[in-house]
Amino acid sequence: MKKNQPIDWKTYDPGEFFDELIAAPNQPRPVAGGITEYLADLDSAEIRARQQAAELAILEMGVSFTIYSEGENIDRAWPFDIIPRVIALKEWQTIEQGLAQRLTALNMFINDIYNDQNIVQDKVIPKYVFANSKNFREQCRGFTPPLGVWAHICGSDLVRDKDGTLYVLEDNLRVPSGVSYMLENRQLTKRVFPELFENTSILPVDDYTNQLFDMLASISPRPQDHPKIAVLTPGIFNSAYFEHSFLAQRMGAQLVEGADLVVGEDDCVYMRTIEGLERVDVIYRRIDDDFLDPEVFREDSTLGVPGLMRAWRNGKVALANAPGAGVADDKVIYTFVPDMIRYYLKEEPIIPNVPTWMCVNKQDRDYVLEHLDELVVKPANESGGYGMLVGPHSTKKQRTEFAALIKKNPRNYIAQPTLALSVSPTLCDGGLEPRHLDLRPFVLQGVRTYVTAGGLTRVAMRKGSLVVNSSQGGGSKDTWIVDEEN
Amino acid sequence: MLSRVAERLYWMARYLERAENTARMIMAFNSMSLDMPRHATLSWRSLVVVTGMQAIFDEHYTREDERNCVKFLIADTYNPSSIASCLRATRENVRTTRDQVPTEAWEVINELYLYVQEHLDAGIGKRSRYEFLSEIVERCQMLTGLLAGCMSHDAGYDFIRVGRNLERADMATRQIEVGALQLLEGFDPTEPYGGLLWTSVLRYQSAFQMYRHNVRRKVSGPGVLRFLLQNGPFPRSVLHCLSEVASALERLPRNELPLRTALQAVRHARDADVDALIRKNAVIPFLEDLQLEIGDLHEAIADNWFPAVNAA
Repeated sequence: MKKNQPIDWKTYDPGEFFDELIAAPNQPRPVAGGITEYLADLDSAEIRARQQAAELAILEMGVSFTIYSEGENIDRAWPFDIIPRVIALKEWQTIEQGLAQRLTALNMFINDIYNDQNIVQDKVIPKYVFANSKNFREQCRGFTPPLGVWAHICGSDLVRDKDGTLYVLEDNLRVPSGVSYMLENRQLTKRVFPELFENTSILPVDDYTNQLFDMLASISPRPQDHPKIAVLTPGIFNSAYFEHSFLAQRMGAQLVEGADLVVGEDDCVYMRTIEGLERVDVIYRRIDDDFLDPEVFREDSTLGVPGLMRAWRNGKVALANAPGAGVADDKVIYTFVPDMIRYYLKEEPIIPNVPTWMCVNKQDRDYVLEHLDELVVKPANESGGYGMLVGPHSTKKQRTEFAALIKKNPRNYIAQPTLALSVSPTLCDGGLEPRHLDLRPFVLQGVRTYVTAGGLTRVAMRKGSLVVNSSQGGGSKDTWIVDEEN
Repeated sequence: MLSRVAERLYWMARYLERAENTARMIMAFNSMSLDMPRHATLSWRSLVVVTGMQAIFDEHYTREDERNCVKFLIADTYNPSSIASCLRATRENVRTTRDQVPTEAWEVINELYLYVQEHLDAGIGKRSRYEFLSEIVERCQMLTGLLAGCMSHDAGYDFIRVGRNLERADMATRQIEVGALQLLEGFDPTEPYGGLLWTSVLRYQSAFQMYRHNVRRKVSGPGVLRFLLQNGPFPRSVLHCLSEVASALERLPRNELPLRTALQAVRHARDADVDALIRKNAVIPFLEDLQLEIGDLHEAIADNWFPAVNAA
């Protein structure tokens, strides 16, 4: 973008990739007509001014995430790109159904494998798949939480390939994060482009915290009273602490740490307050199973609450997500989700999985080892983009290392084709440039299922990069679900 | 309100007050040192003694000169009561209670912390020391004002009041003690520099002007002692601070034991016969008892409301 020139969509070229806003140079997609026309009227000085306004607002609002480095925790401002990503309502409605379908099947699967294991007996899923999963919790066997729901909050990552097909890349069923940024991003865009909200029908996202509150209240063991809800955080050094405190504030819930809670002789959970002990009904826990209860899981955990599992199993407190729900977070189990949907719901999956090779199968493994330079190899249980190999961007040495890792522990690795992730115009030093992105919608399941309108769009700010994680140089965008007929 | 949150607000206020008091004290002492005759050797170490950190000081320094003492009081991170350490602790406590305090409070303490980190050298050196310290006092006051003016005066704020006033009372007794010790060590209170010394004790607490308003007589040991200990309206006198603690405790739930302890301390401060104490040479033991009582009061508050940490 030259000095003070208006944005020229003729010179913006997404190349071989699918672009979310632009079909071809100078051909915006119909759903993005409003925003692209609007941007074409702004010159570069104006658009920079808006970006600066957004950055200032981020500092003022104190939106940050924490990175641990050099022994100091650093609160970094949240990297935000002001150009929204746009999805048509029509397409979104299908995605919404697909996500609800998926979480319903996942919850039925989790409940099944902790109880009768029908899906194994009917030979749809082999037992080894979860028996060796490090997130399968023996302590949860023979238990059914209220409503049969284990994963109340799910963040599924969606990616779009070159031909425009949307895939589910993974389901985060442990402690998915990012929803507060989705909400803050919308606040920012409203401040930066208020004019656009006047003549475009953009679905609001603000209802999420109300929906979260209602869902949590609905699983309270004492539903008739006003349930006392707490958000359990590992504390200020956690990278998502901002979000924990944000959600607690928005729901009017107490933000607690493990040491604030105690399990009584009556198996109820209490908070230590200045008035004395006060009973807690529902805990939205943002710490991993491993640290939840030192009596049951890791003994050395100081983050958790001794006796919490006992309280939960005796129905005195509700935990969201339920302990053990992470079993379905595993990337090997992921490959079976389409089978689960067919098995439990007798439906065809609405959103497809990314084709996946499981290294545990000899045939698949041989293929993966031969094609390491083309594939993305991921460990089954990691999150945050750690410990993976992106074949086309890897060195020979890295590939040799991964080959050894795979041979040593095949169950722990899966491989997928390197997708040509879709792009969207993003404000960079040189003006608007295409950058790769994904989408994390959040799904709530209690008495009913709720899907956020859109979700958190994460964007790889570095040219050509496919890594969107905020801990590794990713940023985010507001996501607009636009109703074209209104 | 969670016990942990109450505890953090309490400590936030204590550390903030400690930082401010230390800055005021160094400023006052600094200015007095410039007025003193050459032969009167002033002990910078006495400031370290006021903070009660002399053991840590002795571990790190052999020379008790101005530079070492000032560096220890302002900058050293191994001194938990140095201004830098106090402001760091204040900042951490605000950071972890951000949902309880006004947003601007976080911005003010964050900026103050960064300011101090950047200007430590200026504070240690002689030339810009005054600007550095008065900037700190000013910003501490800003934060205190922000909390008073923009935060709901609910239980959380009561814990802040308790922390601030308990810390101030504690510091005041220590400062009076140092003045009294020097008095015993041979300064003649009638000669001009004795007056100077007591003036500086007043100035530690920014009390000189208020003393003049209230006491309309010359600055003397007994007068200063009575003023800093027992003056009701002056907000930095021991009696005033302890009364504030008691009035904040009165508003809190389940307050029986801490309130009783606080009221007892108030009575002791109020009823002391200063002239008799001086006559009987009992000022120092009296002040030390008062400090122990303030320590007990802290224990009573912690045992009553902050059990989570002790249990963890």
